[in-house]
Parts: sequence; C-alpha cells; structure tokens
Amino acid sequence: MNTVEKLEQEQIEKLTAERPVPEFRPGDSLRVHVKVVEGTRERIQAFEGVCIARNGGGINANFTVRKISYGEGVERIFPLYSPRIDRIEVIRQGVVRRAKLYYLRELRGKKARIRERREDRYASKSGE
Amino acid sequence: MRSGLIAKKLGMTRVFAEDGTHIPVTVLAVDNCQVVAHRTTETHGYNAMQLGVGKAKVKNVNKALRGHFAKAEVEPKMKLAEFRIEGDGFVDVGAEITADHFVSDQFVDVVGTSIGKGFAGAMKRHNFGGMRATHGVSVSHRAHGSTGQCQDPGKVFKGKKMAGHMGAARVTTQNLKVVSTDKDRGLVLIRGAVPGSKGSWVFVADAVKKARHSDAPYPAAFVAKGGKPEPVEETAQADTPAEETAAADTATEE
Repeated sequence: MNTVEKLEQEQIEKLTAERPVPEFRPGDSLRVHVKVVEGTRERIQAFEGVCIARNGGGINANFTVRKISYGEGVERIFPLYSPRIDRIEVIRQGVVRRAKLYYLRELRGKKARIRERREDRYASKSGE
Repeated sequence: MRSGLIAKKLGMTRVFAEDGTHIPVTVLAVDNCQVVAHRTTETHGYNAMQLGVGKAKVKNVNKALRGHFAKAEVEPKMKLAEFRIEGDGFVDVGAEITADHFVSDQFVDVVGTSIGKGFAGAMKRHNFGGMRATHGVSVSHRAHGSTGQCQDPGKVFKGKKMAGHMGAARVTTQNLKVVSTDKDRGLVLIRGAVPGSKGSWVFVADAVKKARHSDAPYPAAFVAKGGKPEPVEETAQADTPAEETAAADTATEE
C-alpha cells in the first residue's frame, strides 16, 4: 500500500467510526439521511430511492441514488464517506444482473421494479 | 526569507473537513531533506542553503559530488537545490529539515517540472479555437489559421503562437494553501494541484506574495545532525512568547 492509499485508509477508518457504512449493492433501496443547512439551522432530510450505481474506490467512492419525485426522475450522487450524510439505511435488497442500472432511466412504473433478494433463497440457489 | 524544502510529489487525494466539505489535496513527501552546503555573501555573493533530498546509490554518484557530500558528511542525495535565505537564517550543514517546517493554513509557492506533452498543436498549446467542423473546411479542422498580414510586413512576427513543444518546463504555482503536515511520516498536504507528475521532485517555499505565517518556525524546523531532535530554534523575530518558553525549557533540561 502506498502512502496516499494509507492516508485514505486512515481517513476512512476515522469517518466510518463516526458513521458506519452499511453493505449495499446496486439494486438495493436506500434511505440516505442528509444533513441540510437552512439559514442557521441544520436538519436532516431523507432521500429514498434505488441505488443504481457505485463508483470509485477508497475515499473517493460514491454512489448514485435514483427516485421518482412527483413523476420526475431524480438522481443524486453521494460521496460514500461524506460527513454530510447522517446515516444510510438499506430498506430492501434487490436482485439485479448489472453493476450500473442506467437502463432504469428508460423505464417507468411496473417495468422499473426490481425483484427482492432474499438471503435464504439466494443461499440455496448458490448451493446447487 | 526562510528556506524552502525539496519534496517528492506522491499524488492527489481528498480530505473531508469538519464541516463536511471536501478539500482536494496533493500529498508531498519530504524524505530526509538535509542541508548540504551554505552559500554566503562573503564567499559567493549571496546567502543561500543548498539542500539535498532522497538517498542515491554511491555507484551512481560521480567523484566530484561524492567529495561534495563527504565534505558535508551526509549520505549521497538524489536531488540538490539551493534556496535563498536571509543572512541570519542559516541552519548547520547536516541538519535535517522536517515537514513541520510549514504550518497549516500558510501559503506556499511550489515549483515543479510540468508533465511533458510533446509537440502539441495550437489548440492544445495556446487554447486556439480551431476551424469549423463544416462549411467547406477540409483537413484543417485543428489548424491555427492565419499567421499574419500580407506583403507588408511580409513576415510572421516573432513570438507568434504556433504549434510546438509543450510541457516539461519549470512551472511555479503560487499561493497554495498548506492543509496539514505530518512530521513523523514527512508529509505535507497542499490544497489543489502541484506541477509535475507523480514521483517528481518539487520545491516548496513560503509564498513570495504573502506575509510569513506567524507560527512558521524561523529559521527552519529541523533536526540537528546526529538525530538529536531539537525543537524549534529560538525565533529570531521573537513573535510568539510560547515558543520562547519552549526553547527555554529545553535549554534548562540540557
């Protein structure tokens, strides 16, 4: 590991000690609690949607969350280790066969559904 | 004017600040940066310190330089450079300048050799606009266009911006902010980009266009020869009383 990677690793450890990062993959539904500053007050706002991509590595890792807000698709990219994120909740795990779910942008309603991943079924399937 | 130091560019990363903003930083490593020689007004006509950094294999050092290093009683260095200083700012030959020579939030100028681009066209080299994609332009979409007038003056003026060699030149980036330093590992983190490729040598010195930071150690933060850690020398300007007491404490211990 070179020095830059070591610096990044130390920072990741420090940041995850304050706010752990759950394990999640593209296709999972997330609720991201973001700290929002309004004037002088700070409050927490939730952004709920499907994780359609994870990008980057180390301290530069980020993920994209897509949701349909008032009939309009909205995507937000969050740095995974950003201190502006209060916490990340995994609501539902999905089964997908792509790392990047950009095809969801073309789909609406029923077609944009993602099958739920259940650990027991998954385990029996892989055991075959 | 304080001495600067020689560092190696390791690469870039980001640092998350307390308030959640992130800072892009360049990581510079200071690897055993020692004073190799002095240049004084009496003998050379100017005041400067020659610093050396890294560790060169003896077989790769020529005889003249071996003699030079032997005189200073330091290990052969990979890179040598001089830094101009004031007459009272000398540090003994053999002393090692450490990374805490710079303090957080101070401004520095960084000199490096930019990444070579080879023979580059006018669009890349001088940000020319090029020609149109359509409307009858053929073959010359990235050409520079006209280079002058007609029979009068009948020549292309000197200094006309044209295609040519780009990069691999000495570049100074001024007023970069120091984010933090790590004395133990010899690291200096600087906000923003620094000229040069990863692994290249850069010269870091106090910014010439800003006043010196009040906490910056004068003449330098160094470890005297022999490995005995010697804290910040008595400040010549005597700007902070805290430092003076610290220096006095060590004096009583000794």
